[in-house]
Amino acid sequence: MKTSKNDKIFEGVIMGFLVLFVLITLYPLIYIISCSFSSPKSVFFGEVAFLPKELSVESYKLVFEDDRIWRGYLNTIIYTTVGTLISVFLSFTAAYPLSRKDLVGRKWIMMYYVITMFFSGGLIPTYLLVSNLQILDTMWAFILPGCLSVYNVVVIRTYITTAIPYDVQESAMMDGASGIGIFVRIILPLAKPILAIMALFYLVGYWNSYFNALIYMSSDEKYPLQMVLRAILIENDTQSMDPSQTTAEQAMMRESLKYSSIVVSTVPILFIYPFISKYFEKGLMVGSLKG
Amino acid sequence: MTGKEGVRETMAETAGSPVKGPKKKGALLLNKVKKNTSLYILLLPSVIILFIFCYIPMYGVIIAFKDYNSFLGIGGSPWTDYYGFKHFINFVTSSDFSLIIKNTLLISFTSVLVNTPFPIILALMINEVRLKWFRKSVQTISYAPYFVSVVVIVGMCAAFTNPDNGVFTRFAELLGFSDISYQLHSEWFLPVYLISGLWQGCGWWAIIYVGTLSNVDPELHEAAVIDGAGRIKRIIHINIPTIIPIATIMLIMSIGNLLNVGFEKVYLMQTDLNVESSEIIATYLYKQTFFSKGMKPYSYGAAVGLFNTVINLIFLFGANFISKKAGGETLL
Repeated sequence: MKTSKNDKIFEGVIMGFLVLFVLITLYPLIYIISCSFSSPKSVFFGEVAFLPKELSVESYKLVFEDDRIWRGYLNTIIYTTVGTLISVFLSFTAAYPLSRKDLVGRKWIMMYYVITMFFSGGLIPTYLLVSNLQILDTMWAFILPGCLSVYNVVVIRTYITTAIPYDVQESAMMDGASGIGIFVRIILPLAKPILAIMALFYLVGYWNSYFNALIYMSSDEKYPLQMVLRAILIENDTQSMDPSQTTAEQAMMRESLKYSSIVVSTVPILFIYPFISKYFEKGLMVGSLKG
Repeated sequence: MTGKEGVRETMAETAGSPVKGPKKKGALLLNKVKKNTSLYILLLPSVIILFIFCYIPMYGVIIAFKDYNSFLGIGGSPWTDYYGFKHFINFVTSSDFSLIIKNTLLISFTSVLVNTPFPIILALMINEVRLKWFRKSVQTISYAPYFVSVVVIVGMCAAFTNPDNGVFTRFAELLGFSDISYQLHSEWFLPVYLISGLWQGCGWWAIIYVGTLSNVDPELHEAAVIDGAGRIKRIIHINIPTIIPIATIMLIMSIGNLLNVGFEKVYLMQTDLNVESSEIIATYLYKQTFFSKGMKPYSYGAAVGLFNTVINLIFLFGANFISKKAGGETLL
């Protein structure tokens, strides 16, 4: 195709808009990072606009001294690891049999899964269940309610049926391989892209979630990172402040701590995603073409 | 497709049955089930998890029609007056009802209104750029905010709109607004909610449209060029019609979730001063149940939750029905 002059202008205008869009997207993130590297005083008086002012690592010192954050960090790492393993396991073991056309009763079994997407008992019955199971205020209450996303099962199932040729499985069946054998030796290795995406989805989900902790957990020392952040960012919790400081100093420290704690808690996630983004669009697309 | 399946089926039959010739259907079915026992074993963990955490609460929702008492249990608690509908009547006639419904609907309608067109426009624009690295980088950056947690997002909103030192407060002052703190002024709750939501989700929601557009047959565009269609004409006559089916499905899904305004974000943004525009069904339910002193009114909470679910289903089926009548895409 030839590009005319009009075409070039058109494309230039569009690229201009997109650059503007990227700036708007990045500005708040850059601002947060700049504030975290500025002196508490300049943050407090709103002197930071784009780049750090009076370069300082004071606010990171506050983060490192704050044991609430480290406890929350550790809890979150444990919950996220265990939760992601459980969720990925459940999603794939559900999706593979449902992808097999020769599974007797597939339609009904599928119905059993899909109904849960549209109808749920709601918060209170689930709370009473968790309470009756005696797992309130444990890691399991944080992980298990909502550990299986049926939507993800549908996406994985669609991926298996469209991206992995059935013939591959068939020849293994002829050789007498069982369903589990085929799943472990053939499907999982071939489904690596969707495996990576699903693991990332669940990981980010657990890392970022606070709802289950809010509802089901009550002891501070078991709180995940997001609950600690909620105390720092939104409730302006002051518990770990140095009592020898003046109120003004404390207020400055409090403001400063917000930015560094955002950076410390969010950076791990933002670092992972570009590595997996190459799988991303592909996996999402396959899944969205309804199976 | 069907031919292949036919072959597969006959293969399964011959493999499954040692005796040739006509066989009873039941025996054949049993054979098939037996052959795939290991598939059912694979299904078992997820079936059990769903049973415990989805189906048991679905049974538990009957406490909405009862006066739940933890000593008597779900089955043993007595049914309420008004044929079991006491809690629903109490909710609908409560003084907060109209405000809660108004806020819930307002937040969700405006969200759909804002969150539907912008990702489409973004995707259409990304699709027009031919420089591959440019297109890729814009897209990758565009969905970075999606990975930021809701706690951090709300924390950012609070800091940015702080009346003393918020960076957006300073911007707003340049535009002539005095104070945009959503925590202090309820009229700023909805704008801050919508803008931060769009900032977080726009790039993410655009992914699916960008993918759809990249699947358009290039011959279609070539033919259009030969017919003398310019870029804008091709966007209107080729790209937009390509997107409409997916956009319809997304729209149906978001209408089905109309009353499911995310509790997480609204609850974090809520303060005593903005409650008149931030109280929604989910926050009301949570506070009514867990913040009450003494015996927790679980039954009332369950009734409010069930009310929410049922209205949602009605919206979902309604949207699906209208789309079907209009000859468009359907979800179900």
